[in-house]
Amino acid sequence: MAREVISSGNDLAAKAAVDAGCRFFGGYPITPSSEIMHTISDLLPKVGGASIQMEDEIAGICAAIGAAMSGVRAMTATSGPGISLKAENLGLAQMAEVPLVVVNVMRGGPSTGLPTRVSQGDVAQAKNPSHGDYKSITLCAGNLQECYTEVVRAFNLADRFMQPVIVLLDETIGHMHGKAILPDLEEVQAGIKPRKTFDGPPEEYRPYDVPQDQPAVLNPMFKGYRYHFTGLHHDAMGFPTEEIETCRKLIDRLFRKVDEHTDELEYNEEYMLDDADILLIGYGSASLAIKEAINRLREEGIKAGMFRPITLWPSPEKRLYELGQKFDKVLSVELNQGQYLEEIQRAMGRKDIQKLTKTNGRPFSPQDIIDKVKEVF
Amino acid sequence: MAFNYDNYLRLQKMPTLWCWGCGDGVILKAFIRAVDKLGISKDDMCVVSGIGCSGRFSSYIDFNTVHTTHGRTVAYATGIKLANPDKHVVCVAGDGDALAIGGNHTIHGCRRNIDITLIVINNFIYGLTNSQTSPTTPRGFWSVTMKQGNIDPTFDGCKLAEAAGASFVAREKVSEPKKMEKVITAALQHKGFSYVEILSNCHINLGRKNKMANAMENLDWIDSITVSKKKYDAMSEEERLNLLPTGILKQDTEAEEYCEMYGKLQEVYQGKRDKITPADFKKVI
Repeated sequence: MAREVISSGNDLAAKAAVDAGCRFFGGYPITPSSEIMHTISDLLPKVGGASIQMEDEIAGICAAIGAAMSGVRAMTATSGPGISLKAENLGLAQMAEVPLVVVNVMRGGPSTGLPTRVSQGDVAQAKNPSHGDYKSITLCAGNLQECYTEVVRAFNLADRFMQPVIVLLDETIGHMHGKAILPDLEEVQAGIKPRKTFDGPPEEYRPYDVPQDQPAVLNPMFKGYRYHFTGLHHDAMGFPTEEIETCRKLIDRLFRKVDEHTDELEYNEEYMLDDADILLIGYGSASLAIKEAINRLREEGIKAGMFRPITLWPSPEKRLYELGQKFDKVLSVELNQGQYLEEIQRAMGRKDIQKLTKTNGRPFSPQDIIDKVKEVF
Repeated sequence: MAFNYDNYLRLQKMPTLWCWGCGDGVILKAFIRAVDKLGISKDDMCVVSGIGCSGRFSSYIDFNTVHTTHGRTVAYATGIKLANPDKHVVCVAGDGDALAIGGNHTIHGCRRNIDITLIVINNFIYGLTNSQTSPTTPRGFWSVTMKQGNIDPTFDGCKLAEAAGASFVAREKVSEPKKMEKVITAALQHKGFSYVEILSNCHINLGRKNKMANAMENLDWIDSITVSKKKYDAMSEEERLNLLPTGILKQDTEAEEYCEMYGKLQEVYQGKRDKITPADFKKVI
């Protein structure tokens, strides 16, 4: 039994967090994501959780990471300028392997940009927001339902891979208001997969001594398993070290724990691709316009279809390669100057991909896409 | 019988990377004695540190420990404390960590009066990174970024904490380990934000170029700029110039603690009490 609700994308993201067991939110007001904090500040205290408006964006993520270190499911939400400020601490969460959900409701940039208008300009940033080598996980909601389901998925992936998971909404999706069909609460709760913990004797506990393709096993604080969190290179107990082999293995593992399990991460939508001659690729709110454009193009006998990555990072590179082999005519559609296009080109091994971009703060209309398809193909 | 620190130390991490004669170890020991005196379980305490020599504090002691990014100790600690209000959360930071890059978090931790103890080890310099000016480096001193004499004004972290709303503010110095133990004990017992500044020596990266190249000379200089609160209070404004008072400078046991207030907010949302109004507070604006 599904639930039918009328809501906005931002409200659904907040609701999803609480349903997924999030019990801590640390944030700072920023357009167009503030409604997430507005809503979650009402929801969390009801269930015994806590939401705190911190003094700045940096403090918002630090408080959330602190809560997550202690063992609580935690989230922060922001927009592009906030991610820029949070970047260093996203790096700490990658390095110390702290699970966390970070929602970025994208607005026009760079800098203060277009605070109240849509963009998908933070897709490249989401891949490497912090300095250093690590592997990001980034999901991107393309409709109202996914503002809920992708946040739920993000919490489970954060605990599975023990690292931050970024959920990208864009301003259009975050502020969209309408009907959404959500999975039942019981179903969501039954699907919660908490982080792995160690329950043997504390003297045998070595949180960072795990197989090379696995994340750290970090027990909650205050339960008798005392270890160390640090952003420095660290050993099996989390203590700082510069030992050559330990340093090499740590970064190798931060990559392999993700790279060797991309099957658990990959999630795409394919729309009317089976009989299509033209492949359109887009994500987030762009995909809504693409779908409508496809419907209208097909009325005119032009067979187009869509591939939509929902997990943006790591990218679905194998599937993109296959599609690149199958389709001659490929058009990438993004509300930026072609950030994901670079990844599509890399994965397909092709440079002849057409692009439709828009960076004036306005969403795509289906007609924009129809016109481009007729122009280039 | 001499106090046995072994139960609280991560002995495998010894020796520390602090320089010979550094005050940080004296502070570490005073902190351990305070925790022991209060009988706080190692499992019930989290110690959070930042970047700098003080940042390594957390790795040497056997509690739940967190070494954060530069300046963010209080922000991390706020999340840990609010998610676990019944646990003890202590921050250890240096003068650069707490008063420069992390100044905003220090101010707002004080303002919320959240039950965290922040120990600021003030050695008047960026020691770990080789002698750059900090917000507490005395004017006219040599620093590597002000080789012809530091012109940057300093500020008083204790006054800042008091003005920002910390309900407990104290200052001590490493040459007084017993008094230090006493103020840390009082700070840990205090419900609310407790700001404890410990004046410490860095004869290597402050003293060496400022005519106090050994620990004792550096400590003597600290003695020369400090006076007990009792004496300080009796002094004229003119006499107080270039002196820092030591001891417990402020203790307000009535101020509302943030986690307790958040607990009341949870009760409102759970239908257990009426909503919060100005009447719930002594100080409203």
